[in-house]
Amino acid sequence: MTIQRKAVALISGGLDSMLAAKVIMDQGVHVEGINFYTGFCVEGHTHAIKKRDQEKQKRNNSLWVAEQLGIKLHIVDVIEEYKNVLINPKYGYGANMNPCLDCKVFMVTKAKQWMEENAFDFIITGEVIGQRPMSQRKATMPIISQQSGADELLLRPLCAKYLPPTLPEREGWVDREALHDFTGRSRKPQIELAAQFGFDEYAQPAGGCCFLTDESYSKKLVDLWQSRGTKDYELDDVMLLKVGRHIRPKANFKMIVAREDGEGRFMEGYKKMFITLDCTSHGGPLTLLDGSPDAEDLYLAAQIVARYGQGRDAEQVSVSVTLPDGTQEILQVKPLAAADIPPTWLI
Amino acid sequence: MANMIQHSLDTRRLLCPLPVIRTQDKVKQLHAGDQLTVVGTDPGIMQDIPTWCRINGHTVLETLSGDREYTIVLQVGE
Ligand code: SF4
Repeated sequence: MTIQRKAVALISGGLDSMLAAKVIMDQGVHVEGINFYTGFCVEGHTHAIKKRDQEKQKRNNSLWVAEQLGIKLHIVDVIEEYKNVLINPKYGYGANMNPCLDCKVFMVTKAKQWMEENAFDFIITGEVIGQRPMSQRKATMPIISQQSGADELLLRPLCAKYLPPTLPEREGWVDREALHDFTGRSRKPQIELAAQFGFDEYAQPAGGCCFLTDESYSKKLVDLWQSRGTKDYELDDVMLLKVGRHIRPKANFKMIVAREDGEGRFMEGYKKMFITLDCTSHGGPLTLLDGSPDAEDLYLAAQIVARYGQGRDAEQVSVSVTLPDGTQEILQVKPLAAADIPPTWLI
Repeated sequence: MANMIQHSLDTRRLLCPLPVIRTQDKVKQLHAGDQLTVVGTDPGIMQDIPTWCRINGHTVLETLSGDREYTIVLQVGE
């Protein structure tokens, strides 16, 4: 009797990892998916926060892919461990703050650990040579295999024919001839293979799978580190960088101004951690203040908050300033004029 | 089913997929037939937790949408 081999597939929620898993399943291998949650993943958050998106279909793409494939999916919280990847990437960052190569090494390392704990035989990913400038090049493929320790137990079904045969191929657990030779940035072969499998709906992430590939998000992260004088973060920081307008009028404090009700409601959950400002005489956005402002700074912050509220043209606006312990004072301020907010304040 | 135990999990303020991860980790400690009531504030759980249950062989017994809170009662499968 032949043993049924088991593979763990890294499932990102995009098309490539979905295809890679399917190619191997079709060879009779038992496949289960694994997905790592770093805190930066583009999944649902902004929809969940923004009021105008609340009615939109919200789905977690990796769960959806697993259901389409009919496989189990294990989602692993790697928030803490990922900090070291993002803070000290051995291979550096991509166009923004995305440490893609280190990230791939990390994820394959974690997948290998899971594989060993669960008595699986090998690992598969949806990587394609030349697909991404930083992490998916011919030169990076062996780096990921070696640095993760997965070595020849890491199989990339979509471009396997361009790579040396791995153990699953050599041992005949999978048929190398039935694997693929996709290269380059073209999506055509993937789209054709998807059609062959009858997949007519799938997510097509544009830049990458996480917020770290986003320029504006990356700028806010760099600003956070610079202002604190240390490259560190907590999950709450990661979340708050996704919401509101971020304004830094001075080095010692930053304001996060809600752009709509949903964001305001989400930010209310942080009232016990930050100073909050709110217009009381007119409608206006909830604002969180991060840093150590003095009385003069609070006055300036109140003027800025008033600028973004309905009293922006009024002579005087009342703004409440509430400390995390609940102590409150009301400031009467004249809203700042738009021209008095230099673009350099906006992060 | 005689030894079925009711459990609960609070995922309020967590955004998806954290409620799914917490549910998954909690279910690992339970036994087949046990029931788990998950409460959360991210509307995404109404989609993600039932999907997670379907692919992992658990059954959703009940879902409730409140004003700002959502509840899912599931039964752990084999
Ligand atoms: S885009 Fe983000 S999650 Fe994807 S490999 Fe790069 S750093 Fe990792």
